[in-house]
Amino acid sequence: MSAASVGVHIQGHGWLTLLYKELLRFWKVSLQTIAAPILSALLYLLIFSHVLEGRVSVYDGRVTYTAFLVPGLVMMAVLQNAFANSSSSLIQSKVSGNLIFVLLTPLSAGNIFSAYVLGAMVRGLVVGLGVFAVTLWFDPSLLAMPHPLWAIAFALLGSAILGTLGLIAGIWADKFEQLSAFQNFVIMPLTFLSGVFYSIHSLPPFWQALSHWNPFFYMIDGFRYGFFGVSDVSPWTSFAIVIVFCVTLAATALTLLRRGWKLRH
Amino acid sequence: MLAVDVTDVARRFGSVQALDGVDLAVQEGEFFGLLGPNGAGKTTLISILAGLTRADRGSARILGHDVVTDYRDARRKLGVVPQELVFDPFFTVRETLAMQAGYFGLRANTAWIDEILHHLDLTAKANANMRSLSGGMKRRVLVGQALVHKPPVIVLDEPTAGVDVELRQNLWGFIRKLNRDGHTIILTTHYLEEAEALCGRIAMLKAGRVVALDTTQNLLAQFAGLTVRLAAARVPAAWQARIVKQDAGLFHIGLDHYGELETLLAALRNENIAIAELALAATDLEQVFLRIMKNPETAP
Repeated sequence: MSAASVGVHIQGHGWLTLLYKELLRFWKVSLQTIAAPILSALLYLLIFSHVLEGRVSVYDGRVTYTAFLVPGLVMMAVLQNAFANSSSSLIQSKVSGNLIFVLLTPLSAGNIFSAYVLGAMVRGLVVGLGVFAVTLWFDPSLLAMPHPLWAIAFALLGSAILGTLGLIAGIWADKFEQLSAFQNFVIMPLTFLSGVFYSIHSLPPFWQALSHWNPFFYMIDGFRYGFFGVSDVSPWTSFAIVIVFCVTLAATALTLLRRGWKLRH
Repeated sequence: MLAVDVTDVARRFGSVQALDGVDLAVQEGEFFGLLGPNGAGKTTLISILAGLTRADRGSARILGHDVVTDYRDARRKLGVVPQELVFDPFFTVRETLAMQAGYFGLRANTAWIDEILHHLDLTAKANANMRSLSGGMKRRVLVGQALVHKPPVIVLDEPTAGVDVELRQNLWGFIRKLNRDGHTIILTTHYLEEAEALCGRIAMLKAGRVVALDTTQNLLAQFAGLTVRLAAARVPAAWQARIVKQDAGLFHIGLDHYGELETLLAALRNENIAIAELALAATDLEQVFLRIMKNPETAP
């Protein structure tokens, strides 16, 4: 073969390349992947705050409804976009067949997992930051967070969880329709019924109890604690539940990747 | 050391036994042909070598590295050009090649990527999006992707499908050069004249089994003889078994020697079968292939 060098082999460069590809993929269509969800969140805020401001009391009136809504919308954007990134990337690669270029390489299950999930986390967090930036205009006092580390921790964990869920859904689905069903019948209801738009203390006891079985509730409630220093349940409880959920999903995704389920036939 | 060592590999998909105890040993530096009709198991075998499919039993090694237990090293030694024309529509040709190299942990390889682009006549398209390329160009990018990590063993699964004649010649020139430089090449193709011209040894698969395995010369010698191409309404009953290929009134009939031609003509005369066209040719790999597929027990 030619004298041209095949290049320098660098340990860990393989998964970094896959991460770079995941980032470049959504960045190249940023109008659709970043700008559009920010606009959607802004519309939610405009409509809901216009209709409900002054009519809904949250945390015994200590927080205005608009201020209450902003962290919920930010977290909803983080979760939905993290899920959308890994799931759409994987299903597109599966359906078009170009996933073979990843499967033919020495990348391990751990490499593939970390690249897809980190890529999803970055997109979720970028969109979340964008939503936060535009909604600050409605209530600049939100910048004065009493517990920013809690907000950061829940944003990181929430994006990791939804990125992992997206990976699992992408592995499971054989066609876009199945992925769409997963998104519409699992992700959307769990997100909308997690307290994005309301405090669960405003719900009847039955629905309050049911909300405690929704893991998305703990992500949003913990995230909101970072903004207001008050929440429906203790942030430590939320943190513990979210960590367990995250580890369980990560173990599931890694097992599926190691076995090559629906990927290596 | 063997470049590819396949031992008793079997794989079943539902009720279909795609591979049924395949043994295959390819030496380093060989240009090896893997032939067979559609559904013979060629792509399944390649997928097992590449780690895309898991065998039900048996083992496969690339340069001594087991494709399951030592998959990282096995995949570093192997480059695969897949049969299906797949691409990532988000990226340019150069991005596609650079990322494929990156997956193998490689960077700072611009010179090698430039050389691949040059040999595959893609330099002018280096910054074009994959979506904008013709089918033949996409096929060449697939070849480039298989070569980015300079693998010592290269598997080409139908690499010239949809590629025009001139570019096909260029591609084979490049692949021949890689083979001369010591790379082992394993080729599947439906263009049997390509396999005859390029491959030193050939294995033929049918229904998941190797039915012939020998040097190309020996395979041709085994069936040395002639092929009559006869356009007629039918062929005498006694000659039916000698038909190796039939295509809308055009029969390809195998002869062992010129003397048999007179016997065939006599049979046609006796049965009043009019000859619309008749041509003679030496047996080529296609005729050998057709005969073996028809009667696998005749294979050497």
